Amino acid sequence: MNWQLVPQQFVTGVLNGGIIAIIALGIVLIYRSSEVFNFSHGQLVMWGAFLTWWFAGAEENGSEIFNLPLWGAIPLAVLVMAGMGLVIERLALRPMTGQPLLAIVLMTLGLAQFLEGAAAIVFGIQPKNNFPAPFSPSDVIQIPFPGAFNDTIIVKQALLATAVVAILAAVIFMLYFQYTRTGLAMRATSEDHELARGVGINVPRVFGLSWAIAGIIATVGGVLLATVTGVSLSLATVALIAFPAILLGGLESFPGAIVGGLLVGLASALVQASSVQVVRSTSEIAPYILLLIVLLIRPEGLFGEKRIERV
Amino acid sequence: MAALRPAGDFDRTYEQDMSVIRRPWQWVALAIGMLLVLTAPRWANAYMVTTANRIFYTIIAVQGLNVLVGYTGQISLGQAAFMLVGGYASALLTTRLGLPFPLAIPAAGLTAGLVGLLFGLPSLRVKGFYLAMATLAAQFIIPWATRHLFPDLLGGASGRIDAPVPVILGISFGETTNYYYLSLITLIITTVLVLNISRSRLGRALVSVRDNDLAAELLGVNLFSYKLRAFFIASFLAGVAGALKAHSQRGVGTEFGYGLQESIIMLGMLVIGGLGTNLGPFLGVTMVILLEDLAGVTGQTLAKLFPSQAARFLTSFRPIFFGLVLMLFLIFEPRGLSHRWQTFKAAWRLRPFAR
Repeated sequence: MNWQLVPQQFVTGVLNGGIIAIIALGIVLIYRSSEVFNFSHGQLVMWGAFLTWWFAGAEENGSEIFNLPLWGAIPLAVLVMAGMGLVIERLALRPMTGQPLLAIVLMTLGLAQFLEGAAAIVFGIQPKNNFPAPFSPSDVIQIPFPGAFNDTIIVKQALLATAVVAILAAVIFMLYFQYTRTGLAMRATSEDHELARGVGINVPRVFGLSWAIAGIIATVGGVLLATVTGVSLSLATVALIAFPAILLGGLESFPGAIVGGLLVGLASALVQASSVQVVRSTSEIAPYILLLIVLLIRPEGLFGEKRIERV
Repeated sequence: MAALRPAGDFDRTYEQDMSVIRRPWQWVALAIGMLLVLTAPRWANAYMVTTANRIFYTIIAVQGLNVLVGYTGQISLGQAAFMLVGGYASALLTTRLGLPFPLAIPAAGLTAGLVGLLFGLPSLRVKGFYLAMATLAAQFIIPWATRHLFPDLLGGASGRIDAPVPVILGISFGETTNYYYLSLITLIITTVLVLNISRSRLGRALVSVRDNDLAAELLGVNLFSYKLRAFFIASFLAGVAGALKAHSQRGVGTEFGYGLQESIIMLGMLVIGGLGTNLGPFLGVTMVILLEDLAGVTGQTLAKLFPSQAARFLTSFRPIFFGLVLMLFLIFEPRGLSHRWQTFKAAWRLRPFAR
């Protein structure tokens, strides 16, 4: 262990975890309302980022239709993504109601493929580094910290903002699901479709609503992510790290998604402080090793409901 | 098999009941089919032979996936990673130990099978979606291991090692036309294997695990052992397919794919062909691979029409076509092409009385 690097990696890990957490939130949201595990959320995040970039008129060759400032582009992208969520639910997921798990998983996987290809055609395959970010990656806060490398910890403002937004979003969602009518309707629907229908909940509307909200939160995540890394097709792969985070926190828990995200971020950052080359290189798979351990020891996750069927 | 048969047509002996080929015309069809396939390199062009070769080894991997997903009902997102294991095993065994090729293929299957057992272990604790995540972990950990562990042996950061041209009894299989026969013979062996698995005690036990694991356990099916067997068979066949792919591409490693994308595509092939049917892998793989080639042609055509935007067209039609076809199949024909074929056959047999 290279102890000098640990404080910096700790902070970076927590902040990266914030991004993972906000992506995880969107997946948990859909899972809680409709028990669909959305493998295409990463592609939604990517679309959200691309749409914001496009509405902000950052197309290189100057053939832009829209040329909005960021505060105009984000709401527009959010609106489009909410509509896209509705359309996806209506066309792709509603016919799958009551189908076995494998069919639903494959549906979201197929959707992910489609969205990825469509994004490549609409926006091109080159990474865009001219995202109109509210923070530039070089905006950093330096915190003096004795014992760390150079006695300072460097915090990227973009990462900090992401973490704050992620926690805010989690709190809002928790309150929403605890206290509002539609939130309660979503929870009831996830428990039992038939019974929910029996007490007068419009089940298809609830599904549509949850996909629309997922589209919105994907856009928020996409914008935050693009602020840190720029817009590219590879944004979608970040969601792959969100899956272990979700299982770690428990599939159905919003605080779990946040904590899982932070743990996954921490795990992949902290191994980089190691002095052994092989351990440092586990950074990309550390979340999955963590996932395997959690699956074997505590399959329901840290905050999940103990309902998972064991064999 | 519970095929729909006309009244009065029944089997009198056990052998008759168990036979795969039931009628004289089926022997004729088989003979003509085999003749066409065996002489294909003589009359088909290079593109067709290459594509057929690709289809053959992909079918083997999807047959394995079918045993695990279709028969046993365990979701796996890691089939491509087990192909990678098989490819590495075969390449290393033939170059480092000088193992003859006919032995290297089953050995590669065995290696992949053992690795598959390791990642199948979580299936004893969790199922459904959680198991899918465990196999997803395999899909990330195995390619990582090939890039970072034992760099002298596995190629390290370059992500590839060379696989030699197979030579059996002095015949070199370097040419695609020769390699075609190698894949074909392996495919025939694995097809018989999978067919017999599905018709025997093992296959019935696997299906019972899929349909109702509690009931299966009460009937005396040991879930522990049968799930692991399914994982072993699936990764064994993935390993065999990986070995064939590796030697046909003259190399193996993460450079050549073997990513999550491939695993998803193989699952998609299985669903498009028909889950839990022996015909499914054949139809699904053929359809998806031809579809991918069509997507490639579409992309190239559009790239020629709009040269300034060529880059975005060249690669993006593959995922679009695949995703779209997969979604349409899930909505309109979730039982896949093989079900379509069954209904067609039944309609033909009962003509003109029923449709």
